[in-house]
Amino acid sequence: MEIAAFYAFSGLAIVSALFILFSKNLIYAAFALFLTFLGVAALYVLAGADFLAVTQIMVYVGGILVLLIFGIMLTQQTDRAAVSSTPNRVIVSITRQFSGFIVGAGLFGFLSYIIVTSNFKMTGETNISRSTLKTIGVELMTSHLLPFEIAAILLLVALIGAAYLALNRNPAHD
Amino acid sequence: MINIPVEHYLIVAAALFSIGLAIAITKQHLIGILLGIELMLNAVNINLIAFSRHDPERIGGQLFALFVIVVAAAEVTVALAIILRVYGHYRSVDPDKINELKK
Repeated sequence: MEIAAFYAFSGLAIVSALFILFSKNLIYAAFALFLTFLGVAALYVLAGADFLAVTQIMVYVGGILVLLIFGIMLTQQTDRAAVSSTPNRVIVSITRQFSGFIVGAGLFGFLSYIIVTSNFKMTGETNISRSTLKTIGVELMTSHLLPFEIAAILLLVALIGAAYLALNRNPAHD
Repeated sequence: MINIPVEHYLIVAAALFSIGLAIAITKQHLIGILLGIELMLNAVNINLIAFSRHDPERIGGQLFALFVIVVAAAEVTVALAIILRVYGHYRSVDPDKINELKK
C-alpha cells in the first residue's frame, strides 16, 4: 500500500515535471508545477516529514506559485495581435532543446549511476511513526537559533528589497 | 510499516533535478527559468528529507530543508521584482534579447 502510494506520487511529480518541460504555454506549465509540488509534498509525508509537507503546500502552492502566476500575467507580450491565438507562448529554439536534453539526460545518467553503484550503510532505526513537530520546535529554539534569526532577517531584507525594486520609478510616470 | 529504500527517493530526486535543469536551459522566458530553479530546489529537499528519516532524534535534514524553503521564498520574490523591472525596461522577457546593462 505504502509502496504503491510512493510510486503513484513520484510518477505524478515526474510526469507533471516533464509536462512543464514540453509545454509551450507558460500558464499550463505553472499549473503543472502545482501538481509537482503536491506530489513532492506527498513524498514528504511518506518519508515521515509531516510538518515539512504542510509547509511545502503553504509556502510553495500558497505563496510562490501565486507570485509566479502574477509574474506571468504582468509580463504579457505587448504585440497582442500576433499572440492572441497562442497566449503565453514560450519560444524554444531547436539548439536550446537539444542542449537542454543532452545536459539533463547526461546529468540524470551520471546521478543514477552514482546512486545505483554506491551502497548506503544506514545506522539507526527509522522510527517515523510519531510527529516531528515537537522535535522541530525544540531544535529551532535551541541548537538552530542563530540560523532561525538569520532567516528572519533575510525575509525582512527580501521583503523590503522586492518592494523597493518593484516600485515604478519610471520618470515618464512621475 | 514497510520501509521504502532510500535509493528510490534519491532516484526520484535525481530525475526531478535533471528535469528542472533541462527546463532552466530550454525555456526562453525568464519566468520559465525560475520555474526550473524552483523544481531543482524541491528535488534537493527530497534528498535531505529522505536521509533525515535515519536520524529521528535530531532531524537535521528536515531543519535544513526548512531553511532551503525560506531561502527559496526570498529568492523568488526578489527575482520576480527584478524580472518586472527588466520587462518594464526592455519590453521583453527573452534572456537572449537582454544583452545590455544600460540602454
